[in-house]
Amino acid sequence: MTRRRVVITGMGMLSPLGADVASTWDGIKAGRSGIRMIEHFDTSNFATKFAGLVPDFDLEAFMPAKEARKMDLFVQYGMVAAIQAIQDAGLEMDKENGERIGAAIGSGIGGLTNIEENHRKLLESGPRKLSPFFVPSTIINMIAGNLAILYGLKGPNFATVTACTTGTHNIGFAAQQIQLGTADVMIAGGAEKGSTPLGMGGFAAARALSTRNDDPQAASRPWDRDRDGFVLGDGAGAVVLEEYERAKARGATIYGELIGYGMSDDAYHMTAPSEDGDGAARSMGNAIRDAGIDPAEVSYLNAHGTSTKMGDLVEIKAIKQVFGDHAGKLAVSSTKSMIGHLLGAAGAVEAIFTLLAMRDSVAPPTINLDNPDEGCDLNLVANQAQSMEIQVALSNSFGFGGTNGSLLFRKV
Amino acid sequence: MSSIEERVQKIIVEQLGVKPEDVKPASSFVEDLGADSLDTVELVMALEEEFETEIPDEEAEKISTVQAAVDYIKAHG
Repeated sequence: MTRRRVVITGMGMLSPLGADVASTWDGIKAGRSGIRMIEHFDTSNFATKFAGLVPDFDLEAFMPAKEARKMDLFVQYGMVAAIQAIQDAGLEMDKENGERIGAAIGSGIGGLTNIEENHRKLLESGPRKLSPFFVPSTIINMIAGNLAILYGLKGPNFATVTACTTGTHNIGFAAQQIQLGTADVMIAGGAEKGSTPLGMGGFAAARALSTRNDDPQAASRPWDRDRDGFVLGDGAGAVVLEEYERAKARGATIYGELIGYGMSDDAYHMTAPSEDGDGAARSMGNAIRDAGIDPAEVSYLNAHGTSTKMGDLVEIKAIKQVFGDHAGKLAVSSTKSMIGHLLGAAGAVEAIFTLLAMRDSVAPPTINLDNPDEGCDLNLVANQAQSMEIQVALSNSFGFGGTNGSLLFRKV
Repeated sequence: MSSIEERVQKIIVEQLGVKPEDVKPASSFVEDLGADSLDTVELVMALEEEFETEIPDEEAEKISTVQAAVDYIKAHG
């Protein structure tokens, strides 16, 4: 039996470079940084005082203030991205088709803002002052849950939680629902609002963050020899995945086809990648095998590339293992150099960048890549976007817990 | 200083996202003003805060209309 084909027909996004896909993508192609100093809390005692923050936008264009109050910021972000994606796809939901449409949108961490606020109330005034919305505003599956209520999506509804691989895994598992026939359309992605005192303090304690406070826009510098950790970013990304025949029949705009999905785990360390790149290589290899293509068909790779010392080197090693001689012909870039690391949203926004790179025949740049580190000798699209025909492209995500995911897309 | 009625109305408008003119003494939070069970819990908490009082759960359950809220506060405020 031939497998049902899955195509992408809608996209939505909030990022440090803009409150929609178009403005973010313009910034990405131009090599702009969306990183800035944190002003929403006092960072004096924090090792890192900057992050990628979502610019102000009109939330009430997407939901009434009364509903927004019941959602942590990460849920709001995820809802906005998903609503944008549904509108972009021109999807119409009704009583007839609702059972065939589902949602899979996760987050790496969940509702830190409301957890902090309610914990403060608990300590200051006791348990009676906890909001009745504390739990449903902060738990991770509530983007998918709220979206189902808003649109009557009665199909599969879940949120995969795999740290920085969350967005990629949600898209991959959602696509499998369509391949299996349990749904015809899935809205999939991830959202994160990690730039809170607990988030910034926690990642700093794990020694994962750049501390380049005197030049935040130069802090995220994947593969550069002066990199010193990742830059945390907020935002959300969502795509509409649709069964190909359905999308074609309704004349939908098709951004590309998801032809392969791979997963693996390093089985090595809580936060550090396995040094030989084995886990990452198996993830990419599994995606290529799932698609049944020749690795040499891939021309662009949106890397995980977080700007950490070990992670960046390991990914290059893994790419060389998977692609052999063809690695030298790939364009490999890290869009995290511009928006930072969106954790659970990273895989979703990067899947979108990968699809847009194919559509616009352009490999987005890796900014701040002034002096490539030893061994980082691939075409890393340093500082300037490169025009190129892209038929097949790969997007990688790797997360704490050693969990890896790779998505392989092809132009339709 | 606003009257108790005005302060109660203002809180209901903020909490439930309704128009001031829809908040009438006989309005039921659930049936007329679109509140669900969690909304009413939060509404009672907002009233407690505004009027610096503590409303026991068994009393809170009885406060289902605008008038009931005003009456409770006048009796216990």
